[in-house]
Amino acid sequence: MNAFTMKRAEKYGLRRREVVAALLKGRDDLLVIAGLGAAAWDCTAAGDRDLTFPLWGGMGGAVAMGLGLALAQPKRRVLVVTGDGEMLMGLGSLATVAAQPPRNLHIVVLDNERYGETGGQPTHTAGATDLAKIAQGAGIARASTVRSAAQLKSLVSGLFRKPGPVFTAVKVRAENPPLVLPPKDGSELRTRFRKALGL
Amino acid sequence: MQARSSAPAWPAAIHRELKSWAVCQVAHVPDAGHTQLINLCAADKAMRVVPLTTEEEGVALLAGAWLGGERGVLLMQSSGVGNCINMLSLTRTCRLPLLAIVTMRGEFGEFNPWQVPMGRATPQALELAGVLCFRATAPEEVAPTVAAAARMAFEGPQATAVLLAQQLIGVKSFKQ
Repeated sequence: MNAFTMKRAEKYGLRRREVVAALLKGRDDLLVIAGLGAAAWDCTAAGDRDLTFPLWGGMGGAVAMGLGLALAQPKRRVLVVTGDGEMLMGLGSLATVAAQPPRNLHIVVLDNERYGETGGQPTHTAGATDLAKIAQGAGIARASTVRSAAQLKSLVSGLFRKPGPVFTAVKVRAENPPLVLPPKDGSELRTRFRKALGL
Repeated sequence: MQARSSAPAWPAAIHRELKSWAVCQVAHVPDAGHTQLINLCAADKAMRVVPLTTEEEGVALLAGAWLGGERGVLLMQSSGVGNCINMLSLTRTCRLPLLAIVTMRGEFGEFNPWQVPMGRATPQALELAGVLCFRATAPEEVAPTVAAAARMAFEGPQATAVLLAQQLIGVKSFKQ
């Protein structure tokens, strides 16, 4: 048997929709890349915006995409919101971020220890894998794990107060909130994003 | 093939083309054949070199760059093309520009048989994934080929790749 603990995440106190709503509240001109799957639905549930780019594919690419955007728009704040499964597929991109490193990039991983869109199979974080430690080891010094409401509050109030890159894994309850789907047409998503940036 | 003592001129010609197209993010997984170009880009204050851990990061990185208004180029060797395939669905579905410059291995006098399968499959793999391929075999073909690919990438927008033939780069050997 794999060393996965399936029951653990069912008891986590933080709820993904509330976490994302808190992160995006009063977002102003924040640029958001939302990783495929539940993270994109969560960002959409918080309000579909032109300056949110939800991914429907390209698994493992959210952080790298956020990096390219952060380098291209050094005066804007860029937030990548993604899930643990998506992050695990692109772990190398954390080292790529650390090698630059962009001051305007924050990464939040909603870690429910599950592949939520494919039947709830455990990801490696249901076992011994610790994403914040991986981020630290990749060279992102400001990397931590949030588990409580108090920690979430300080994450939200501290967002973009310290120079990036900042990495936060937020342990969230394993659950499947109602689907709130963003637009699916990639041309529309990129056109609206660039227009909103004045490009 | 170039002798080691006299550096070829085509890497500088690629650098000039990239500048003329206002390319500023230069993402790469290195290859010996890209050494000179990477050094030229690193020395250029208008460019930012982004070393990757794997090539698909570059596809995603340049998607983000273009969303934010910057053009980029992805430098890799042919063995890295296979790593990019699923991420190219992002480029295609969102109709984003992509300019890749691929140094070919495993196609002409290759000493390492492990390079051959991906090298041989590179043009077809790219085209199956929706990337237009252009090949440069002689030094004088390099600049116009990069210019053509860049025009189609950035004025399209479309995904394009320039394949730098192994005859151009020279055959690697551990006996030098």
